[in-house]
Amino acid sequence: MSIRLRLDKPWQLLTAEAAARLPGQLGVYQIADAKGAILYIGQAGARSPFGLRSELLREAKERGAGCQFRVEVNMQYRSRWFELLMVHQADHGALPPDNAKNPPPVLGRLSPA
Amino acid sequence: MDFEPSSEQQMLIDQVRRFVREEIIPLEAKLDPDSSELPPDDFKRLTDKTKAMGLFGIDIPREFGGPDIDIVTRVLLAIEMAQHRAGLYVPCYGTFGGAGLAQIFEANEDQKERYLYPTLRGEKKAFFGLTEPSGGSDPARAIQTRAERKDNGWVLNGSKIFISNADRAQYGIVFARTDASKGRAGITCFIVDSDTPGFHVRRVVHTLRSSHYATELEFKDCWVSDHQVLGEVNKGFAVANDRLTRQRIPYAAGCIGVAIAAHEMAIEWAKMRTTFGEKLANRQAVQWMLVDNEIDIRTARHFTLEAAEKARRGLPFRTEAAIAKLTASEGGGRVVDRAMQIHGGMGMTKDLPLERWYREMRIRRVGEGPSEVQRMVIAREILGSNLR
Repeated sequence: MSIRLRLDKPWQLLTAEAAARLPGQLGVYQIADAKGAILYIGQAGARSPFGLRSELLREAKERGAGCQFRVEVNMQYRSRWFELLMVHQADHGALPPDNAKNPPPVLGRLSPA
Repeated sequence: MDFEPSSEQQMLIDQVRRFVREEIIPLEAKLDPDSSELPPDDFKRLTDKTKAMGLFGIDIPREFGGPDIDIVTRVLLAIEMAQHRAGLYVPCYGTFGGAGLAQIFEANEDQKERYLYPTLRGEKKAFFGLTEPSGGSDPARAIQTRAERKDNGWVLNGSKIFISNADRAQYGIVFARTDASKGRAGITCFIVDSDTPGFHVRRVVHTLRSSHYATELEFKDCWVSDHQVLGEVNKGFAVANDRLTRQRIPYAAGCIGVAIAAHEMAIEWAKMRTTFGEKLANRQAVQWMLVDNEIDIRTARHFTLEAAEKARRGLPFRTEAAIAKLTASEGGGRVVDRAMQIHGGMGMTKDLPLERWYREMRIRRVGEGPSEVQRMVIAREILGSNLR
């Protein structure tokens, strides 16, 4: 059984058209700059009207051109979101810049193998 | 036994009920349905309120500064504290304080200064490291994490799984095998600081309880000094057993609280919802589901209060605690399931708390000793312990 800690799918260009094709499901996502440096790790929770599609459409509108994204449909969006944040912190020594502006109230520490 | 609350108990019940309905539930409406934390400002404000109510540190014995609440009253309050969306695993979002399974009242004075008192003041958090990938139902035999003597201390190697809060804690109590030849008499409990070299929180373990997650730990040549032994070497199993037995009573109470909340929702809905020109409440099929809910709740409440009363009187309560845990976790699960059935499609959505309770209640039949182990405990009592 392999357990994937990191979200390592290929990046896609963040556009309204690409976001509109996403499923309306719960899950997590990452936003990166043009070079693939992660800017933000987000979640599409149960309050998102159309899940990942709503969140990524909003991100595309707010960020404009030049960003990339990748998503993971996941019913356990909340614990997976915490996990991705902790793994990023372990790998890079800090949260992604846009998460650091408004970090979750309590975030644990992971030391992934 | 008479389980009607005294006037003093009723006053406390009313106080906690008001707190849940006026403070917790309105805040919860603004949170993600899978949340397990309050925003820091709200947490502080509500914790100040529980302190002002004299109920902060509700599980802490009086000699350590906790409120003077006996276990029967504690059960009655736990039933109230669970009656909101996150209430099964995070009653009132932790605003009543306490350290759960990792309260180390048997610590020596030095350990109390370094760990217990800061934990009771809310300055440190702890985890309880017992279960391993090799199994959790029979820890005496399943524990494979080893601790070997070295340099006036012990070197730990092994792994733990389904450990809550280890990623956020400053320390934990960890059970390891110190004598492979002695079974349950070869296990020692260690206090391990989470910044000890060789201690690793490897990953989040994603389960049905997606809000309040657990973790997997690895100990790799993790050295701890003799000062970190909790109690005596090779007597750690008694520490674990004590926690697990005592925990079964409040664990059962939480299930009852959620079952009551789900049952009340189902009653309200049945009185309001009309199908084929008739209220659901007038349908015999629905009435019988509500009756079965009532019976499951009353049964669990009776057995849980019976176990608590025996514990309060200093009588043996191991069997009663097993019956309480069994009836409350299994009965509570049935109640939530029926409440969902009565709500139909709406019951499946995250708009209502039922789906979260359904997922989390399923874990209750496994966590803190599965139903089958509770039945083993009860069977030993019925058949005589000499059958083992």
